[in-house]
Amino acid sequence: MFILEKRPTPSKFWAWGTPFLAVVLTMIAGSIMFAVLGKNPFEAIRTIFWDPLFNEQFAAYSRPQLLVKAGPLILIAIGLSLGFRAGIWNIGAEGQYIMGAIFGAGVGLAFYPLDAFYIFPLMVIAGAAGGLLWAMIPAILKTRFSTNEILVSLLLVYVAENILASMSLGLLRNPEGGGFPGSRNLSQYDAAANHELFAGTGMHWGVVAAFIAVIASYILLQRHMLGFQIKLAGQAPRAARFAGVSPNKLVVLCMAISGALAGLAGVFEVSGPAGQISIDFNVGYGFTAIIVAFLGRLNPIGILLAGLLMALTYIGGELAQFMLGLPSAAIQAFQGMLLFFLLAVDLLSNYRIRLMLFAKEAR
Amino acid sequence: MKRRTLLASAAMGVALTFGGAAQAQMDSAKACFVYVGPIGDGGWTYQHHQGLLAVEEAFGDKVETAYQENVPEGADAERVLTQMALSGCNIIFTTSFGYMDPTNAVAAKFPNVMFEHATGYKRDHPNVSTYNARFYEGRAVQGTIAGRMTKSNKIGYIASFPIPEVIMGINSYFTHARKVNPDVELSVIWAYTWFDPAKEADAAKAMIEQGVDVIASHTDSTAPLAEAAKTNGAVIGFGQASDMSEYSPSPRVSSIIDNWAPYYVKRVGALLDGSYEQVDAWEGIPGGEVLIGEITDAIPAEVKAEAEAIRDAIANGSYHPFTGPLNKQDGSAWLGDGEVSDDGTLLGMNFYVEGIKGDIPQ
Repeated sequence: MFILEKRPTPSKFWAWGTPFLAVVLTMIAGSIMFAVLGKNPFEAIRTIFWDPLFNEQFAAYSRPQLLVKAGPLILIAIGLSLGFRAGIWNIGAEGQYIMGAIFGAGVGLAFYPLDAFYIFPLMVIAGAAGGLLWAMIPAILKTRFSTNEILVSLLLVYVAENILASMSLGLLRNPEGGGFPGSRNLSQYDAAANHELFAGTGMHWGVVAAFIAVIASYILLQRHMLGFQIKLAGQAPRAARFAGVSPNKLVVLCMAISGALAGLAGVFEVSGPAGQISIDFNVGYGFTAIIVAFLGRLNPIGILLAGLLMALTYIGGELAQFMLGLPSAAIQAFQGMLLFFLLAVDLLSNYRIRLMLFAKEAR
Repeated sequence: MKRRTLLASAAMGVALTFGGAAQAQMDSAKACFVYVGPIGDGGWTYQHHQGLLAVEEAFGDKVETAYQENVPEGADAERVLTQMALSGCNIIFTTSFGYMDPTNAVAAKFPNVMFEHATGYKRDHPNVSTYNARFYEGRAVQGTIAGRMTKSNKIGYIASFPIPEVIMGINSYFTHARKVNPDVELSVIWAYTWFDPAKEADAAKAMIEQGVDVIASHTDSTAPLAEAAKTNGAVIGFGQASDMSEYSPSPRVSSIIDNWAPYYVKRVGALLDGSYEQVDAWEGIPGGEVLIGEITDAIPAEVKAEAEAIRDAIANGSYHPFTGPLNKQDGSAWLGDGEVSDDGTLLGMNFYVEGIKGDIPQ
């Protein structure tokens, strides 16, 4: 008989141990799934986790791509983690990401074809503002009318997607595109392009911003009053109120930060790797970032590592698909297992498992 | 832009070669395919995958194939293409419109790998070819059936995106319905998706409520047919991309089937025997790229014969679906008596023909 016993305080060891345990369990369960699909499980795991980093054929190309893929995930996840710590659930980062891209690209395209140094910085500011404003809708509805920010922010994603479609077909459509949807390609417009900073490294301004966000968030949480208030509000809301933390102010602030960071991710993506506003511009970074935030234990350093790991499963997953003929659904299931196991083994940080040899029920 | 179909005015008709240097003969080749959706059991990607299977069957051990499903258009596509090229693919088929820029960008880096982009118009490098199918030819057959079969004189078209490819289909469908039934009215609903069963079902429901009794769709799912099936035969529709024969004989009374197999087999074969050249291919019913699925007995024999006559006339080249006299929606002349539309106009089509109500969303 196993029983669960609540720990007096959450285990420090397991708080850090569970992500690793979750990765290991995912590998095991994933191997079983791959084997059932008739593929060599060791080869599959190697292709996903090893080949993108060390395979001679691919690594030189894949390693920089890791940064390209991880950059937006980390940037968004850092913003989300602050709110999550305070118990403010912004689920709509995907929408804020889209709005950031639209605002940023809109500013850039408005200047076309002017060549000036200030265009890109203005785009970045506009992108952050776009994400921030979109996040303010659920924030203000919550503080004014006590609506649920989870629902409002999530549903606004679908509104943003429709605005994106409308922009691609209308206002931002490339006038020289022969009537086809999609904006001009910003990567071909130097003043607005977010090129690689060093050729072949995958390092672009979005990745730089992600690193800065990691450091800033670390300092905020460790050294700043606001960081203390965020943690307090999440752990003991009543105590936080006695300590003079205004819940409404915190909601607005956390939503603003997460919205702005998601907007930044959007503008860096649209001006860099994606290149243009198109109907299918968003590929789910805003949702995946939620997994990254939890996988990283809402801790800045953890999120950095989790973002890179998530990027690795994407890139390795793509390799596994066409090298081994794995269906894409199997890769998605594999990524889903990661969150599933993480949430499941999270139990260990708050409870300990006791083996009861005699079912005496010592209660 | 979800995949496919947009072509620029620069493109011209059937398989036009650009005289790129022919490649040397090869003993074996690796053919790779990039899919925008899951293969599933029908629809756009499924049909491309049938092409891959046909390549395997045609060449056996001489050709190795690989594919990847669900590749988002944009930055991710560029990475997938690069990894494919690095893994030793000799020819890569990118099967959606949104892969246009990534295909050309990666092609620049791998001059010895051949790239084939479906429905695009950019051939920036000698190793990039483009291909598409003349789906509007199939719409002529459907329009004829719709015009004859409607009792309410209201026919519908579930459209995806307001792009030339789709507008071409709407115009062809309506023109041929009007030709056999001067009272027919067309309602168009824009779904802004290539595949979304819920949205497509809503569109079909709305049409049926308005009294529409023949529904054509430019979206991939079977949802509109499923809605039509609930009306006990009062409403009919067509299979799209795949045959959708599970709704046969009614409500599915015919279909347009995308058939990429002949093109894929031809291109991989050309690569093997050394006759490979850069092309801009746009074939239709005559080349077998567009197939008309069985016209069922749910429609009267004389209507069936009429529809088949249109199909056969297109197949033998004696009839073009856009033959004048045809006016634009605003009444201005487009094609004179007996005049045939050039491909450039079709590929940039941004107007309705006379008689269609409503505007193309801008």
